[in-house]
Amino acid sequence: MDIQELATDIPVEGEHSIEGIDFITSGEQYLTFMLAQEQYAVDILCVEEIRSWEVPTKIPNAPTYIKGVINMRGIIVPIVDLRLKFNVGQASYHDTTVVIVLTYHDEDSSKTIGFVVDAVSDVLNVEEHDIQSSPAFGGCIQPQYIEGLINVGKNVVTLLNVEYLQKVEKHASQH
Amino acid sequence: MSVDLSQFIPSFLEESFEGLELMETSLLNLEAGDNDTIHSIFRAAHSIKGGAGTFGFDAVTDFTHLAETLLDEMRDGRREVDPKDIEILLTSVDCMRLLIEAARDDEEYDEEKIKQTTKQLSQTLANTSTTNDVNAEPSTIENEHAVNDEASDEQSIYQIHFVPEHNLAKTGNDPLFLFNALADLGDLTTVANTSELPALTDIDPQELYLSWDLTLKTEASQEDILEVFEWVEDDCLLEITKAENKNDAEPEENSIAQQPEKAVQIEQANTTEENTDVAVQSEQTTQNTSATVVDEASTSKPKAKAKVEVSSIRVGVDKVDNLINLVGELVITQSMLSELGSDFQMDKIERLNSGLEQLLQNTKELQESVMRIRMLPISFAFNRFPRLVHDLANKTGKEMELVIKGEQTELDKTVMEQIGDPLVHLVRNAVDHGIETADVRLANGKPEKGTISLDAYHQGGNIVIEINDDGGGINRQKVFAKAVEKGIVEPNATLTDSQVFDLLFEPGFSTADQVTDISGRGVGMDVVKRNIQSLGGRIQVDSTMGKGSCFKVNLPLTLAILDGQLVKVGTETYIIPLISIVESLQVDRELINKVSGDMTLYRLRDENVPILPVYQLFGLTTDFTNIENALLVVVEADGQKVGLMVDHLLAQQQVVIKSLKDNYQQVIGISGATILGDGSVAMILDIPGMIQMALSYAQTKHQKNSTSNQSAIGEHC
Repeated sequence: MDIQELATDIPVEGEHSIEGIDFITSGEQYLTFMLAQEQYAVDILCVEEIRSWEVPTKIPNAPTYIKGVINMRGIIVPIVDLRLKFNVGQASYHDTTVVIVLTYHDEDSSKTIGFVVDAVSDVLNVEEHDIQSSPAFGGCIQPQYIEGLINVGKNVVTLLNVEYLQKVEKHASQH
Repeated sequence: MSVDLSQFIPSFLEESFEGLELMETSLLNLEAGDNDTIHSIFRAAHSIKGGAGTFGFDAVTDFTHLAETLLDEMRDGRREVDPKDIEILLTSVDCMRLLIEAARDDEEYDEEKIKQTTKQLSQTLANTSTTNDVNAEPSTIENEHAVNDEASDEQSIYQIHFVPEHNLAKTGNDPLFLFNALADLGDLTTVANTSELPALTDIDPQELYLSWDLTLKTEASQEDILEVFEWVEDDCLLEITKAENKNDAEPEENSIAQQPEKAVQIEQANTTEENTDVAVQSEQTTQNTSATVVDEASTSKPKAKAKVEVSSIRVGVDKVDNLINLVGELVITQSMLSELGSDFQMDKIERLNSGLEQLLQNTKELQESVMRIRMLPISFAFNRFPRLVHDLANKTGKEMELVIKGEQTELDKTVMEQIGDPLVHLVRNAVDHGIETADVRLANGKPEKGTISLDAYHQGGNIVIEINDDGGGINRQKVFAKAVEKGIVEPNATLTDSQVFDLLFEPGFSTADQVTDISGRGVGMDVVKRNIQSLGGRIQVDSTMGKGSCFKVNLPLTLAILDGQLVKVGTETYIIPLISIVESLQVDRELINKVSGDMTLYRLRDENVPILPVYQLFGLTTDFTNIENALLVVVEADGQKVGLMVDHLLAQQQVVIKSLKDNYQQVIGISGATILGDGSVAMILDIPGMIQMALSYAQTKHQKNSTSNQSAIGEHC
């Protein structure tokens, strides 16, 4: 048996309870989450934290998918409901509804935005060559948000582009 | 023993700019015989020269030396203080600033100007020397001075015997620097005496065993030479003798090879220099890109303002002491509370309450003190005006004086930095458009000299800066006519005075018949207003024809904290800046008027104030939609009053402003957000923005209704 494989089998202290996650990996890691029945993923390095849903403060005349802003340790963080933005499933708020707070660092700035999803599910290890480009057939999500597709067992996970997610469309006052 | 000098450059720059400012203000106030002022000007110039020498800014040193010589003559009473000299010295101050800035940014400077001023200075210097010689030789010392100065053409030879103490290097002094400084004065030959050198095994590498015999051929006086040794005087044996002239007994060349230690020192000195270079370069690289582009683009390069703004604050010790006291009190309160908490019974509730009360007090005071650290007296912004007015008066040929009041009023540093330019603009306008020429003034029965006054004072948590002039005032008719001509207002519109004066802030608006190089192009007043508004302030104009004008700038004390009134609309809490609130009232049904279709007005004494229901503007749902008995918060922005209809009035409190732009974007009608005591977020209302919103809202509604639909102005919504 290869020593590498052995190493993966030996759980380090504190990891016993966590199953299904390989800690030694060569590829990128992605956080997957659910919107209705569909699975999505984002680069795990962008994830600032995962919070439970709390009612945010409304922003006047904002598009409906922008739920408002919350106070995250003194930072004002806008909250985007991905289900409304992508028009997937029902925007209902339960105990399992969570907010994934993502930070994307641009060259000179960084933005922190929270995204409401139905549930967080897993962390995926994916080699770059396992990411397939997505077919350009419709769907309600605009193609620029999608970086690719990942096959996990029988399911397909949509990998989202955090940079585009962070770009909030300008909204003017609407009446 | 090499010290990285570059780390001291920022503080040198800061001190130099302070020194220059001091020189400038003192020069403007300088009167003949005022020795204290001359001394302080001289000292400022002297320290700049000294510092510049240390850091190797030779251009600065050389130039400052000239100015210093002139000042020195004034100081010693060998020269009368006359306005012409002051003018030259003021130009010199400009040049010094130019040179120091160039040194800081490592850029080219306007050599022509420096050369010109240098010439002027040396001419002035040459003038006195001759006149003085005839005039006054009151004391022998002074006489010697004069000789030294006069002997500028003749070179004298000094023999300098320099025996440093062994620990000289440990005090941070490097003989090499001294010799370099001497070499700047003239031809220097050095002979090192190595007789004291111990055996190699006994050498302590940090000690200095050499002594030197130096021969200096220079125009400089003995004083100048002594000045070089100023710092080491106490740590060495120094003999300076003036050799009887001319006999150039050239001492043999000093060979470095024979002194290993010296060679080491040279190397060290070099590394120091290199360090400095690297530091300076790394500072530059950031701006280099932009700077070079500018350079190539235009020959007359507009200064690519360096980003290396010195960002430190000088805080008075009393403020820091106060802070420490407060922290001490806070610690006491904390220990009191935790003691109480460890063994709490209901009967101690009173003590708990008083403890919490104390904590509240402490926190409040601490907050105030911390904010006060950022506060600077407004004299920092006012300081440049005496010079500005002085120059403008010369340029326009008008006579005027500047009166500054309340310069101790304190203002947040950030606000101060941003208010400087708008104020300059307003003062320029006052000089150029406001103050009339002397003959016009006399004809109008006014004193010949115009007066411009700057006044700063606190008013209800805000700072007010007034710029007054006793000039011709604003011609209401002319402004109105111009506005009609530009199509800003209808010819038959009736406007109040303040509305007319507000027209001055329209972009491209100017009533000046002649465009001067000071002002009159109509660029700027709109920028002034925008700048002030972006600081959360406002500007008001008041003017009486023939009597003068008054520009009143209202600014918040700080940008970080705002006094706000919390209001509730539906489920949301909003904050209205207290500065914009005129009054709050309960609607009296009889005073509501529906006019012109769907506009709701509220009669507030004589005025009709449009009512803006906040819930409608922000698309919220609330139970309080009935306008009768509703609560109105009357706010004012841009001279326009509106009544905001809200559900409830809550507390008034100070809130810390957080930007929405950082993670989101600017939202119309909202100037920012804040975090309330319970951790929730509340939006801060932007009153001008809301009025704008309401206007465009009305306009779209109007367009929807009207079938003719001719104009599409303001359809962006």
